[in-house]
Amino acid sequence: MMQDFVVHVVYLFYAISVLMGMGTILTWVERKQGAVISDRIGANRAYIRLPFTQIKLVWIGLFHGVADGLKLLLKEDFKPATYDAFAYAIAPWVVFAPVLLVFAVVPFGGALHPGELFSGLPAVAAWFGDRTYQLQIAQLDAGLLIVFAFGGLTVIGAMLAGWSSSNKFSMLGALRAGSQMISYELVMGLTVLGLILIFGTVDLTAIVNQQSGIVLGVLPAWGVVLQPLAAVLFLTAAMAENRRTPFDLPEAESELIAGYYTEYSAMKMGIFMFAEFIEIAVIAALFSTLFLGGYNLPYMHDRGFTLPGGHEIVLAHGTVLVLQLVTFLAKMLLMSSFQILVRWTLPRFRYDQLLRFAWKFLFPICLANLVVTAVAVWALGGFQ
Amino acid sequence: MSNPRTPQVKRRVRVYWNEPTMGRWESVYLLEVVRGLLITGGVFLRNMWKWCTGRKGAVTAYYPEEMRPDYAKGNRGKHVLVQRPDGSPQCVACNMCATVCPAKVIEIEAAHDPADPAHPKSPARFEIDYSRCIFCGLCVEACPEDAIRMVKDVPDFPGPDRHAMWIGKEELLTWQPARDAAKPYPARPRATAGGPT
Repeated sequence: MMQDFVVHVVYLFYAISVLMGMGTILTWVERKQGAVISDRIGANRAYIRLPFTQIKLVWIGLFHGVADGLKLLLKEDFKPATYDAFAYAIAPWVVFAPVLLVFAVVPFGGALHPGELFSGLPAVAAWFGDRTYQLQIAQLDAGLLIVFAFGGLTVIGAMLAGWSSSNKFSMLGALRAGSQMISYELVMGLTVLGLILIFGTVDLTAIVNQQSGIVLGVLPAWGVVLQPLAAVLFLTAAMAENRRTPFDLPEAESELIAGYYTEYSAMKMGIFMFAEFIEIAVIAALFSTLFLGGYNLPYMHDRGFTLPGGHEIVLAHGTVLVLQLVTFLAKMLLMSSFQILVRWTLPRFRYDQLLRFAWKFLFPICLANLVVTAVAVWALGGFQ
Repeated sequence: MSNPRTPQVKRRVRVYWNEPTMGRWESVYLLEVVRGLLITGGVFLRNMWKWCTGRKGAVTAYYPEEMRPDYAKGNRGKHVLVQRPDGSPQCVACNMCATVCPAKVIEIEAAHDPADPAHPKSPARFEIDYSRCIFCGLCVEACPEDAIRMVKDVPDFPGPDRHAMWIGKEELLTWQPARDAAKPYPARPRATAGGPT
């Protein structure tokens, strides 16, 4: 159908621009937030001079990202004498693509009724008829499973990069990345199992819709209220998946130069870095979807608000839509900022500590959490 | 078999005097993580509040635009050439400062004036390269005529071009020695006759 095609092209454009934009903005946020945390000013010297004038636009260092990108593009594209040039060439993309793909199943807004939205333009409204679209690129029932399937793919890229670089540092980094990511993948899956037990579905839109409810009379039925421990563990495991400090063992500079991307330069290395920053945004989006009520404000649903007293506030469709889009972006930014705060707070683990933390600390807690959840769900005869 | 009257001490002996000890709560890693996050988050909010209320939330100085006022009291960061009462430099272009300079930053070109038998030599050119000067003060020590001194100032040369960091005789002579209370001019007469004029 032409209508479906148009809507999904718009969705794709939106999702890609949001992810790329977040990736770019987060490099700036990382610099500036780290600087403010450590009483510094941060990068603020790059500027764009308006042609034929002496007006220099600095904009609190926002152009440093542009300067970085330009520098990476113009650098020499060094290639090591490797026996597997093909694997070496595709490794960055194997890391980069799944990160983008994960976002395909994340709902970034509620249901869209183009007929209602364009009621001021009768021709457009009539063309769309009474079709309804979820604000989500791929409406898959197995949403959460897709997230884990694609999330697990990045480790292949890291292993490929380490293996094909013919460099011992890369190899060691890749081995570390492999064992670390597989360990934490398990923890991440187990934390989410509790949520699946409670909500009874792996469809992310359904999970978000169920979080519009109310528990214990006043609290919004957000995942973080129902499963507070799982929320903390999920965030920890997700950050370990992303291989950032304190879990940046695979690319520990002081030990392994740059880990599995030691032999990468110019924009290939830039793709690794960019994937890391986009993954921050994707983790923030996933965490918001699973634990923070997704695109909804507390007590909000597709038609407006239902406050704890049973009071209803009905909003226009367009208002709800804009509110949901903005809320989701705000939650993503907040959670990204939190991850950057963690990165600037904690020092790196030692390698044995890292794996012990996963297997002897997080894993038993996850299992205990799962058992308690299962018993509680069984005792209450299902949620709601 | 161990003697039951001398029990084996199982306590671990400290190796370092400042060996860290971990309490029960500290060994539960997550709580300490929360404490750390509160500290960094607090610093972040405090600094952001300062920035948002129009103050500076950082200890950094914007260097070329902003100079720190808290240089050390004993800092001597700029050379001056002492003048005779008639305004000519007291320097006799003997090159001793240029010779002793460990960074080799002083360049002197001598001029000859037969009309002045007391001081036939004088510097036609006296230049110092501040991009390499290490401010050791050896030139002041070496000068037999007390012609070069260092004053409480800092060279103000930040810029993109190292060749712009030279200063010449004209700038070195801008200092008016009569105002320096610590070293009066003309110099106090020395015990030995025939001292420097």
